Amino acid sequence: MPRFGLSSLFVEMLRAARLVTLALAVLGVGRYAGAQDTPLLSGGVGFFTSTNGGNTTYQPIIEPLLVAPIGQHLLIESRAALIETYAPRSNGLSGYDHTFFGALTYLQGDAILTPHVTLVGGSFLIPFGTYNERLSPIWISNFQDGPLISSLGLMSTGTGVGGMLRGSAISRRKYSIDYAAYFSARSGNEQFNSERSSGGRASLYLPEQRLEIGFSYNRLLQDTHENFYGAHVWWEPKDTAFRLRSEFARGHHAQGYWIEADYRTQAFGGLDSFIGRFEPVFRMQQTFRRDTLVSDGLPLVNTQRADFGLDYNLPHNTRIITSYARQFSSTGNRNIWETGIVYRFLFPAWKGKSK
Amino acid sequence: MSLKRFLSGFLLLSVALTPLMAAPQPGSQQQAAQQTDVKASTKQKATAKNSVHQDEGQRVFEQNCSRCHTAPDGFSSRISGTVLRHMRVRASLSRHDEEELLHFLNP
Repeated sequence: MPRFGLSSLFVEMLRAARLVTLALAVLGVGRYAGAQDTPLLSGGVGFFTSTNGGNTTYQPIIEPLLVAPIGQHLLIESRAALIETYAPRSNGLSGYDHTFFGALTYLQGDAILTPHVTLVGGSFLIPFGTYNERLSPIWISNFQDGPLISSLGLMSTGTGVGGMLRGSAISRRKYSIDYAAYFSARSGNEQFNSERSSGGRASLYLPEQRLEIGFSYNRLLQDTHENFYGAHVWWEPKDTAFRLRSEFARGHHAQGYWIEADYRTQAFGGLDSFIGRFEPVFRMQQTFRRDTLVSDGLPLVNTQRADFGLDYNLPHNTRIITSYARQFSSTGNRNIWETGIVYRFLFPAWKGKSK
Repeated sequence: MSLKRFLSGFLLLSVALTPLMAAPQPGSQQQAAQQTDVKASTKQKATAKNSVHQDEGQRVFEQNCSRCHTAPDGFSSRISGTVLRHMRVRASLSRHDEEELLHFLNP
């Protein structure tokens, strides 16, 4: 990973902003369909610290998201990540090293073909489980770290280059079913790296019970072909701010699960009161090795981890995220302390008037 | 008949008839009442329809969007269509849900 200073982060940010502006200008040649369809810039800006086994790292991070509709049925969307990491020098040296990472997370075009089918093309997030597509943005996730099993089923990169069909298969008052099915080619491009794979996910949602159950299946189609299976259950009881999310994934060499619960009380003046803005979070996770032949991103020994978090939802889309985790494994137990602040922005890509 | 008498008679007749002419006919009164009722009814229906859209939109928001994230503090109405189209793809919303949410975000 190349090394840059903080100033280079801003240079990269400026470059990214220039690229985004250029992309918007190109897209702006066309006339947008309606007054509510102005392209938008969204995303999160954050600053994280993490103390893992006594070593503290600092991470300023920007995750911009661009969404631009073209006409009534087309949409271009892209997310990027710009991260500068300051970590203590190794080998007993004092001071910090810093590294910069900047990359597109995905860049895809969506064509809404029918009320039930959307065709996605380009570089897209692989639909496996729930974390990658729903919870990975920094302005959504309750913890800084993703679950230990988050790499399972994502073919190393988390993104596919190819096509995907997705949509709402059935939507009724009492239940709905959605689906996603994709094929990805192998790509060695630095920005759009992917493995040859295919798979999909189907979910059943029961609105009255606020219960979602889903299954995922992906298959790696290069080198040694491997299957990945996933299941998720989400439950948010009605009229409460309690959420329970869980996911299980099984790969060729390892498997595991995570369960996460978070709650905001409405008893002391509602969610926007001083007390109501506190959000205690708990996550339990375990991983189990089936063999140690291949590194798939999971710990090389069976691992258990409990995360206790306390988030605070400030006004103006700002969130403080703190957590303490204790990780248990045969290679040693460790404490992980994490704190961070995230601001979520969302605004039109350019000025204009409503019609 | 002198002009004076004619004009005086015309004036008196006019004064006498004015209240009768000015008073609404029973039929037109009913018509006016009906028109008022229709206007009020249309307004009520529109309000009720908006209210239904709001309730339905809120239901869709609570059942779909709130599962992953809290509502943003507020955003320009100029991007509400873009936000919803993005979420339609990302969250696999149905077209009905997208329309209800659009009404909900733009009451």
